[in-house]
Amino acid sequence: MQQQLDYVLRTVEERGVRFVRLWFTDVLGSLKSFAITPAELETALEEGMTFDGSAIQGYSRVQESDMLALPDPSTFEIVPWRGEDAPVARMFCDIKHLSEEPFEGDPRYVLKRNLERARDKGFTFYTAPEMEFFIFESADTPPVPLDTAGFFDLTQLDMVSDLRRQTIVTLEAMGIPVEYSFHELGPSQHEIDLRYTDALTMADNVMTFRQVVKQVANELGVYATFMPKPIEGAFGSGMHTQVSLFEGDVNAFHDPGDEFGLSKVGKCFIAGLLHHAREITAVTNQTVNSYKRLIAGYEAPVHICWARNNESALVRLPAPKRGKESSTRIEFRSPDPACNPYLAFSLMLAAGLKGVEEGYDLPPEATNNIYEMTPEERAAEGIGSLPQSLAEAVTAMEESELVAEALGEHVFDYFIRNKRSEWVDYKSHVTPWELDRYLGSL
Amino acid sequence: MAPEPLLVFPDPPPPLLAQTLDLAGYPWKAVANASVATQSEPSDGWAGAVVCADEDPEGAFGICRALRKRDSTLEPVLLLVSGAQLAELEMREDLFDDFCLAPFHQKELEARLRHLFWRTGRGSRPEIVEYGDLVLNLETYQAALGGRPLDLTYMEYELLKFFATHSSKVFTREQLLSRVWGYEYYGGARTVDVHVRRLRAKLGEEHASLIQTVRSVGYRFGSPRWSPGD
Repeated sequence: MQQQLDYVLRTVEERGVRFVRLWFTDVLGSLKSFAITPAELETALEEGMTFDGSAIQGYSRVQESDMLALPDPSTFEIVPWRGEDAPVARMFCDIKHLSEEPFEGDPRYVLKRNLERARDKGFTFYTAPEMEFFIFESADTPPVPLDTAGFFDLTQLDMVSDLRRQTIVTLEAMGIPVEYSFHELGPSQHEIDLRYTDALTMADNVMTFRQVVKQVANELGVYATFMPKPIEGAFGSGMHTQVSLFEGDVNAFHDPGDEFGLSKVGKCFIAGLLHHAREITAVTNQTVNSYKRLIAGYEAPVHICWARNNESALVRLPAPKRGKESSTRIEFRSPDPACNPYLAFSLMLAAGLKGVEEGYDLPPEATNNIYEMTPEERAAEGIGSLPQSLAEAVTAMEESELVAEALGEHVFDYFIRNKRSEWVDYKSHVTPWELDRYLGSL
Repeated sequence: MAPEPLLVFPDPPPPLLAQTLDLAGYPWKAVANASVATQSEPSDGWAGAVVCADEDPEGAFGICRALRKRDSTLEPVLLLVSGAQLAELEMREDLFDDFCLAPFHQKELEARLRHLFWRTGRGSRPEIVEYGDLVLNLETYQAALGGRPLDLTYMEYELLKFFATHSSKVFTREQLLSRVWGYEYYGGARTVDVHVRRLRAKLGEEHASLIQTVRSVGYRFGSPRWSPGD
């Protein structure tokens, strides 16, 4: 640890870093940041920096609003987009009470606590999310895609290719290896797959990722959004997340003797995800808009089922790479990129582990028939549906022992209060759709 | 401190010079002329030279010239000159790396030596590991690729340092884990894969292949194209 501190201090000195940004995340998944000078860095690393938490979503408490941000030196990175003249660095922080006890409302702590539980059982949790997002001309509404008739000329193609190159270069310079792909939809929707790593680093990476993508777009004069469903009638943006558990160096999901190549642990983990899917959806899909994505017909999951190769299943079992059987992993397809990655990964892990602890049975693999069945037929087969709205999701979450335990009381209570209030706001809103539909006829 | 001695001229050197070098902890050996310098050269070579030109300028410049004309040029060479001799330095710039006015100030001489060693990367001054375009400064923890600073996290730096100082050898993930992380790191060998991938990303497309995956064994740093002998 001391060596890591020395390393950070020395690098700041050698590289002439002017400011170090301390990053942390509020309960809703927004990145928060404040800057310190190199002169303050040593104290910050050893004692933490005091800040007023009352303005941070989900941090506020009546009596004590002062908190400590303790930078994690292993996350020290030079931020490449600030230019070489005056380099700026960033570190993620752990948030503590002034007493140096971990703060229960810090999402990073929530995830650490859940990873600790997995570790007690001998497991390490790896994740690899596929981040989808849209690029629009600006943040103005309604959003204008880049490929709107006539606008998609050569200049724009150049811009999109700059965007792609700049994003990859920036992410990789920050130690985030990626694969970039376009969607058939056109140059407006993009997908970047983050290569797997341990869940804590990955949650940090997702926070960095969103920042980098928005920054690069901004530099090129366009706007990047992680809103789950910005355009009606088009595909939404998901954050399909591949997960795996390792016991030491052994992939705990892999069993060469099984017809699916899936171990008992793997099967129970899927069963856990399915069983608790409704309860964790408020967190994996936390906006009113999230539920406009979770509808049939756009390759987004609706029914709670699993399959090897079905783009609409909630849990997909991708075929392991040939000759790399240890790459067995499970893809959870409901999350969207507007989620808080720390909390979302915490709940995916908690749900899966619960399945492993309790030895849940894996339901049969979904066939295409599921989508042709009537709701009654599906109910008879015991195939449930994901919540249809934020309100339904919050209700399911509120009744969940699993979620309360995994998030901790502080985050659980705050999250439910906040999302209830979001729903009340939305419910009181009279939409253009309603006016179009009813005004002329009623 | 450099284990090899500094060459000092003349023999015996001025007492204050001997004392300054002793106090600063530099081992040294006095020589009377160029042929003695060659005969008594240690097997690993001289660490550098401190040559006094104020008493015997001809002998002093002679020995400097001899040291600089060898197959492997000796550096650093620090010249001690009197104020009246400064004009004589003209056209002799190639014979020394720095000079100090005699009579000298002890602290100044020490500082100049320290700086010379730092610049030439010899002795105890910063250890530099080079591999192709890659340069690691083990003292400042800085890495650079083709002259461009490479920003690494601490563990990425440690892994790259291990690779660069053990090039061409194949290591298993377990070996890397115990040698670089240094303890039974929880999470096992996947940690190595993850860090290798991060390092490759930072090295960039052009240099990512510096770290090669050796199927079902582990990793190797460097390839024939990159071997320092090429």
